[in-house]
Amino acid sequence: MKIKADVIKYGNNVDTDVIIPARYLNTSNAEELAAHCMEDIDKTFVKRVKKGDVIVAGDNFGCGSSREHAPLAIKTSGIACVVAKSFARIFYRNAINIGLPIIECDADIDEGDVIEIDFADGILVNTTKGKEYSFPPFPPFLQNIIEKGGLMRSLGGNR
Amino acid sequence: MGMTMTQKILAYHSGNKTLKAGDMIMADLDMVLGNDITSPVAINEFKKAGCDCVFSDEKISLVLDHFTPNKDIKAAEQCKAVREFAKEKNIKNFYDVGEVGIEHALLPEKGLVVCGDTVIGADSHTCTYGALGAFSTGVGSTDMAAGMSYGKAWFKTPSAIKFDLRGKLGKNVSGKDVILHIIGMIGVDGALYKSMEFSGEGVKHLSMDDRFCICNMAIEAGAKNGIFPVDEKTLEYVKEHSAKEPRIFAADDDAEYDAVYEIDLSKIKSTVAFPHLPENTRVVEELSEKVYIDQVVIGSCTNGRISDMEKAYEILKGRKVKKGVRCIIIPATQRIYLESIERGYLKAFVEAGAIVSAPTCGPCLGGHMGILAKGERCVSTTNRNFVGRMGHVESEVYLASPEVAAASAVAGYIATPDTMEE
Repeated sequence: MKIKADVIKYGNNVDTDVIIPARYLNTSNAEELAAHCMEDIDKTFVKRVKKGDVIVAGDNFGCGSSREHAPLAIKTSGIACVVAKSFARIFYRNAINIGLPIIECDADIDEGDVIEIDFADGILVNTTKGKEYSFPPFPPFLQNIIEKGGLMRSLGGNR
Repeated sequence: MGMTMTQKILAYHSGNKTLKAGDMIMADLDMVLGNDITSPVAINEFKKAGCDCVFSDEKISLVLDHFTPNKDIKAAEQCKAVREFAKEKNIKNFYDVGEVGIEHALLPEKGLVVCGDTVIGADSHTCTYGALGAFSTGVGSTDMAAGMSYGKAWFKTPSAIKFDLRGKLGKNVSGKDVILHIIGMIGVDGALYKSMEFSGEGVKHLSMDDRFCICNMAIEAGAKNGIFPVDEKTLEYVKEHSAKEPRIFAADDDAEYDAVYEIDLSKIKSTVAFPHLPENTRVVEELSEKVYIDQVVIGSCTNGRISDMEKAYEILKGRKVKKGVRCIIIPATQRIYLESIERGYLKAFVEAGAIVSAPTCGPCLGGHMGILAKGERCVSTTNRNFVGRMGHVESEVYLASPEVAAASAVAGYIATPDTMEE
């Protein structure tokens, strides 16, 4: 899979409380959650995000709570992928389990840059800056979950 | 090469003789936990995947603790969905208002987790049970759904950081100060993906409540789990609370660690994490100016246990909460609540001008029971001080021990029992 996307940029330690504040966790409706995505860190996000955009961030993206509402809100808001230097571990596994593409990559990318990501070959190109980066593929174990369309399906569905 | 304590527990539960850091495994689960926020999402996933049966009606715990007693109609609907699922699947460990306590205080108290267990919970503070010598970690709702259905979870075997604890804590210093000190030292991603393994002769001086508190905040350093070795105190606790047989694992002598830190417990001082990250720690007696506050919260899965109530009581009895400060005290479980009544703590709290709430996570995550307005400051024994965590995005949370929280309630500014002025 290859994508070309506009970048929305954040810093280090973006926590799940700012991705989706707990005051909205009285619902698990994905659209309702997406309507408040990033609200406490960036009130403009919901208005300016376009389908297919990519979030780029620093270290420890998604730290804090285990709420799966966080990757769900991001995915439902139209974000095609999150690129970060590192991810908090629960966010990492939640993203894989629900099928939100994420990439660990330390790249020079700014707000508004256009980037291209080739997931199969593990290549990220910042076309605005003319720089290319490689990122490691997921371990086969996780690749299998992603290819099957999430954890529940990879485990065999009905029982 | 030897294995860490965590690796040994995971090897046992995944049918492997040995494991090394990075190995991907499927582990059998002894307990799968969810609350009123995360369970509805898990139940949806469970149904969407066409699952019908749960893997065990005794190894699932559903605890309605976050937005309860129901704070609004939507929260009530979420609780109702969990209640109906619990009834339909005959879930034995379902806890509703009247029996419910904050999940990570409740499960050990009910004896639902013991040494050697492997536990997942759709709540990040599930790492608390490492205090019992169990492998225990927070996951999301889809992991919970898979756990409820198959009794299994996937893990990447973690490497570990060892914290060699020496000596004994001083007066008015407790587990919270230890873990805040450590997070201040290694940062909020200092243990990312790793285990935090505590060891050393200092362990024996730490109470079980101190150990629960320390493991509870392992996630605030990014850790997969925190874990304590099993000793006489652990076994005594398990024997008192559970009929389950403990299984004891210990790290190999030649286990490898990514880093080893020596911590002299006698040197740890009252520590507070300033907004807006748990790593922004300061020693209270070194603060250059008074930080005035509007609210104090004493409770949560971090510090809502009976010894925390006792510490608050020792400071608040016969004193008054400073005028202009709202002090909210939340015993974490019904049992702790009752014991606090019997010991006279609640009378002292009310006489001091504090209020006492039924068990709930409430204000910790900005749910209810003490939301902050713009510009307000709260000293809280909870575990996170992110932007907007307890209310308005321009409010501030200062994380502290129950000793500091109670002293601050009396003083009206961040203080220790030694520095507070009434």
